[in-house]
Amino acid sequence: MLQISCPYCGARAEIEFRCGGQAHLERPGPHDQVSDRQWAEYLFYRDNPKGVSLERWVHRFGCRQWFNVARSTLTHEILAVYGMGEQPPQLEGTKR
Amino acid sequence: MFLQEPKDLTRHYSAASLLREGFNKQKGWAPAWRDAAPKAEYDAVIIGGGGHGLATAYYLAKEFGMTRIAVLEKGWIGGGNTGRNTTVIRSNYFFPESAAFYDFSLKLYEGLTRDLNYNIMFSQRGMWNIAHDRHGVEMLHRAVNAMLLNGVDAELHDGAEVKRRIPILSDAPRYPVMAGLLQKRGGTARHDAIAWGYARAADMRGVDIVQNCEVTGFDIVDGAVTGVRTTRGDIKTGKVALAVAGNTSVLAELAGFRLPIISYALQACVSEPVKPVLDTVLLSISHGVYISQSDKGELVIGSAIDLYPSYAQRGNLPVMEHTAAGVVDLFPRFSRMRFLRQWAGIVDVMHDSTPVVGLSPVKGLYLNCGWGTGGFKAIPGAGFCYAHTIAKNEPHPLTAPFSLKRFETGALIDEAAGAGIAH
Amino acid sequence: MSGFRLEKGGRIDRSRPLSFTFEGVSYEGYAGDTLGSALMANGVSMLGRSFKYHRPRGLLAAGLDEPNAIMQLEDGAQARPNVKATGVELYDGLRAAPVNAWPSLSFDLLSVNSMFARFIPAAFYYKTFMWPHWSLFEPAIRRAAGLGVSPEASDEDIYDKRYAACDVLVVGGGPAGLQAAQAASRSGARVMLVDHDAQWGGSLMASNRHVGQDPADDWIGRVVEELRAAPETQLLNRTLAFGFYDHGLVGLCERLTDHLPLAERSGPRLRFWKVRAKSVILATGAIERPLVFPNNDRPGVMLAGAGATYAARYAAAPGRRAVFAVNNDSGYESAAVLRRLGVDIAAIADARPGLSAKGAQMAASGINVFTASTITNVRGGKKVRAAELHKLDDDGQAVKGSAALVECDTVLTSGGWSPVVHLYSQAGGKLRFDEQIQAFVPRECGQHVLCVGAAGGEFSLTQGLADAARAGAAAARDCGFDAADIEPATVDGEAFGNIRPIWQVDVSGLAGERGKAWLDFQNDVTSDDVALAIRENFKSVEHVKRYTTLGMASDQGKTSNVNGIGVMEGALGKPMAQVGTTTFRPPYDPIEIGAFAGRRVGENIAPLRPLAAEDAHEMLGARFEDYGGWRRPAFYAQDGEDEHAAVRREALAVRDGVGLFEASPLGKIEVAGADAREFLNRFYVNNMATLKPQRCRYGVMLDENGVVLDDGVLACLGPNRYLAGTTSGHAALIADNMDEWLQCEWPDLDVVVQEVTTNWAVMNVNGPRARDLLRKFDCSIDLAAEAFPHMHVREGEIEGVACRIQRVSFSGELSYEVAVPWGFGASFWAALMDAGREFGVSPFGVETLMALRVEKGFLHVGADTDGMTLPQDIGFGGVISRKAADFIGRRSTMRPDSLRDDRRQFVGLECLDGSAKPLTVGAHVLLPESAPPALTQGWVTSSVYSAALGKPVALGMVANGRERIGEEVKIWDRGVSRRARISAPGAYDPEGKRLHV
Repeated sequence: MLQISCPYCGARAEIEFRCGGQAHLERPGPHDQVSDRQWAEYLFYRDNPKGVSLERWVHRFGCRQWFNVARSTLTHEILAVYGMGEQPPQLEGTKR
Repeated sequence: MFLQEPKDLTRHYSAASLLREGFNKQKGWAPAWRDAAPKAEYDAVIIGGGGHGLATAYYLAKEFGMTRIAVLEKGWIGGGNTGRNTTVIRSNYFFPESAAFYDFSLKLYEGLTRDLNYNIMFSQRGMWNIAHDRHGVEMLHRAVNAMLLNGVDAELHDGAEVKRRIPILSDAPRYPVMAGLLQKRGGTARHDAIAWGYARAADMRGVDIVQNCEVTGFDIVDGAVTGVRTTRGDIKTGKVALAVAGNTSVLAELAGFRLPIISYALQACVSEPVKPVLDTVLLSISHGVYISQSDKGELVIGSAIDLYPSYAQRGNLPVMEHTAAGVVDLFPRFSRMRFLRQWAGIVDVMHDSTPVVGLSPVKGLYLNCGWGTGGFKAIPGAGFCYAHTIAKNEPHPLTAPFSLKRFETGALIDEAAGAGIAH
Repeated sequence: MSGFRLEKGGRIDRSRPLSFTFEGVSYEGYAGDTLGSALMANGVSMLGRSFKYHRPRGLLAAGLDEPNAIMQLEDGAQARPNVKATGVELYDGLRAAPVNAWPSLSFDLLSVNSMFARFIPAAFYYKTFMWPHWSLFEPAIRRAAGLGVSPEASDEDIYDKRYAACDVLVVGGGPAGLQAAQAASRSGARVMLVDHDAQWGGSLMASNRHVGQDPADDWIGRVVEELRAAPETQLLNRTLAFGFYDHGLVGLCERLTDHLPLAERSGPRLRFWKVRAKSVILATGAIERPLVFPNNDRPGVMLAGAGATYAARYAAAPGRRAVFAVNNDSGYESAAVLRRLGVDIAAIADARPGLSAKGAQMAASGINVFTASTITNVRGGKKVRAAELHKLDDDGQAVKGSAALVECDTVLTSGGWSPVVHLYSQAGGKLRFDEQIQAFVPRECGQHVLCVGAAGGEFSLTQGLADAARAGAAAARDCGFDAADIEPATVDGEAFGNIRPIWQVDVSGLAGERGKAWLDFQNDVTSDDVALAIRENFKSVEHVKRYTTLGMASDQGKTSNVNGIGVMEGALGKPMAQVGTTTFRPPYDPIEIGAFAGRRVGENIAPLRPLAAEDAHEMLGARFEDYGGWRRPAFYAQDGEDEHAAVRREALAVRDGVGLFEASPLGKIEVAGADAREFLNRFYVNNMATLKPQRCRYGVMLDENGVVLDDGVLACLGPNRYLAGTTSGHAALIADNMDEWLQCEWPDLDVVVQEVTTNWAVMNVNGPRARDLLRKFDCSIDLAAEAFPHMHVREGEIEGVACRIQRVSFSGELSYEVAVPWGFGASFWAALMDAGREFGVSPFGVETLMALRVEKGFLHVGADTDGMTLPQDIGFGGVISRKAADFIGRRSTMRPDSLRDDRRQFVGLECLDGSAKPLTVGAHVLLPESAPPALTQGWVTSSVYSAALGKPVALGMVANGRERIGEEVKIWDRGVSRRARISAPGAYDPEGKRLHV
């Protein structure tokens, strides 16, 4: 069971949170100028790295705030927690 | 069949061969498959020595005459999701595309023991899907009619009949049992035997099965694959087929493309073995429980996925606690039985719970992925259709709808939606 | 019968005799016994039958590593299958029975399997039972398999859960664990020390060692007392640390009542702890390995350390005359313990070529010590009669002609020790093979965990204590405490000396047939089975495990895995380090499913939410059901009415007069802020930018994939202030969704979202007399038709209480949804019922509301739609085309598949067969001439009998349905067909005149 440090509430157990998937997705638009391919990329295609994953989480049963997490999908180690809208810190193994 | 291929007596399995070896101190058994070293070149290379990869190799050799082929496995065969799943086989799908494919697979399972000369212990003890409220009952009606219209066996029973057939069900669960959909042809099989049986049969037809051989890269020239690089040397080939379940995204990245896949850890566990007490397979979505009893006597319990990406095949508590509560609600007598072992498998989940068996953006590189939590039952069918795809360089009609293109067109085959789970 | 009770000594309380039964026979033991030790003391040597061959088996071990003594305890609701006799504290009245033996332990019919052993080697079942069909053989095999019996009654016990956080968690209350806990505790750190045993002291309890100058007991007592007194330190005995999970979370299972007589048990049985520890010290000790030689499974053949434990701790001697077979010095210490307690040591066979110092000491005291020798066979069936010893040559092969036959009644072996690294490995720790001790030891781990003492591969107690003291202090310092190093205790006695690995006694050079040599006792896996697996190319350690089932029994291979890997080393010619181990999985020892479930049983699995006026509904005869987690009246039965009659009566009451429905679960989300309008316009398919204050608009929400997520009425309460209605099950989901979009995608928008569903109780006054009824109340809101038209909202007061009234309708009649603060809900309901008496007001339930809305053809998301329904499928194509702005999911509604003209569309279905029976929801729509197997055209999604129209009405999703209105179709339900016609949804008052009165 993961322990995630909510930037607002502190360290809490996994069951208080919900993972919202890959962070830093750009919603393409305007809608009438987006190709089917672009839309599919945005909706379904994911990096799905075996290693450091940048993802967004919400403290669902807590402050209800969203934030970003850099987490290893292999060891589940959490390398960084940073705010929505912030760029990820430089980490070894990240794509960006 | 009247004419049979001559049997190699050191390799054909039967009661007679067991008897013979009983007097021979079991010394005469040939290896079930050869440990092949990779050759420099193959007509096709299959990456992944699980059920899917091995079945694909078998059907490539048997049905399509391709025998200069290799299965590359980074660890030991059957060590991924094949060897860590809860072994349920069924074809109770909603959409015609799914039903046609999965029933084809189920039919292959029905003949597989004899086909492979390997007892895979396919036990058609029936598969129940239980509904607990009015809406659930309505959705079972919808499902049973869909199955029958798709030509798949299905029965709908009311709660009292379900209880009569599974008497150990609770008299008063929190989620009352209001109806059950039974597919009698559903059941379970011995998971390891699937991998070993296909390996043995493929090996007998000349397929090289290479263990401890990890693929580290692809040679791609002008958008077409020309070879793979491995920890045991480079291999030239014009056809490469992925069958690596949860690791598909990792290999796709090596080949330079992304996929609509997220890898999650699916939790499962077994109890200590007890004498026969549950003679069917039961699924309750509300309870988060998928349960059967193995021939060895263990309760085999499928739980849910941890809802965050993971490649760690480790057990976790939250969903298992939820599932345990479901097991106790359905079967209060199991409360005092004990979990013996919990683990997880990495499943490759696509948005619509439907796989991709077909072409990739790279020429000569084929995809078999996205089975999510349900790939085991698809092994024979997918192996067959994937072999067709590789041999003919075009999808098999049964898996043609399972293409990547659907994510652009929107023609998703959303089985969760079909089962009413999404709402 | 070889075991017996020693006359004195042991940690049993001879003043407290306890009686118990085994296989129906009464015995006596003492407080402090385990079931295993008590049976041994009573001379019961055969305790079980093995899984496959039904070989007679006795105790092998004294702890949770026991593979043989598997018991069924008690019966009925108290039954416990598959418990290890060695892990059960004896209590008065305990009833135990063996498992897997029929009709009895001493005469077990299936022991006939043993005679066919040569034909049924490992994995034989993959090679046969294929003809004519597996299903003919499977039932018999299933009956033969399994160990104990599942309880036949519902569990009546309670299982607790508890969370805890600590700085240092020490697992294992033996010497190293006590020492580590003491060092950490003195710093003031929050320390938890846990052990599955009832008593503290671990291996010291079975030795005659001294700590410093004092007997070990004194030291144990002092440390435990100090730890008990430390305010931040918690000790939990009878508590098994069963699993090490992510981020320092360790699962514990505390047994609260299992050690008590049945009648004295009360309160929770088990407590399931989830402990988040900053640092974990594993002092879990080591497990002794048996030697692998022919017939090593005979009752009376035991682990040497277990023999010493039984004698020293429980005053139960395994026999009167023992033969030891060892390959390291630890066996000598066990022999010394037994000898001191009066057991005759007939011989010690030491596989090592020279005499170790301990061996020399033993030989000097008159014991026969054979060097370079080992045991090659056991004589005797259900008990041991003699041991055969042979010399070993340099290659480890038993030398022909060197035999010595030694009479004895117990054989005690030590094949070395394997550190208990299970939890370390579960934590992600990597192992290495240590040549010195011939075992796998911890190497490195990403989590804060350290193994000390024997668990760390350190078999010298003095050195182990020093390491533990250092580790305890260091762990506390890591957690920010100022921990001083403490002076570790010293212990007399030496380590186990060097070891000569004899993974399998090689008897191939000896004359005569010998029995099989067992690796995994419970699953009946022999060294021959491993050899067979490897011969058949099952060479990976995981393949060997799965092919032979080695290590897959209920002991998970605690005594067999390393021996198995050793045998593989020989067969593969590959060092053990490269063979590797199988994966260690939780739980360390089996844990009750009920403990995992905890208090989440019965209605606590998903507590139902009560309505505001629940008691009133109850009084009115409501038939409650679970609707999306809410306990709501389906209908109100009067005078023995069935559902059909009640719904019909209630529906007519609404159509003809006035009905009352508690609609409190309706989802309510307040959306406010300067950009609320802009946000909602992006959130709904509909154009919400033009919605004016005091107005309502029905709207549909999508997910980004274009699928209809929910629908509901959006009310504009004022500038920048909205109330979004959702279906009752979806309020939390939609509020979460809104938050996610605002925080993650549109943080620039100034909007606040708050779900207020349970802030307001809502009473729906529904029917042509609704206005008349509401006018009975003192209300600040003008209810006149022209002042308060359909699809409007007002805020005000009713009887001096704040209220919000929406004039919206799901029935097609004049209808008001009146919301009052939740606490006033019950009294408001009562007042409405009172005031409505003169209008013949009738309460109505969910099923009636559904009947009314189906008559009207109103869509119900989740019933008429599913996870594939797009807005154009339910008639929102026009709304989309008139809206310029983007909204969530819009792009998905433009994909090629979304634009197909044969998509299933929402339509009405009119029965043509004249029957009053409604169509079956879930029946499929087929072309009139088609028969199964057939391609479905769609399905019935809602269907009721319409009391107002006097006929059944139905709704459905049909391929290209809107273009096919008027077409006849077949409605097919499990072989039964009915005729129907596709129609526009909404058979009742299609013009909607009744809404605007």
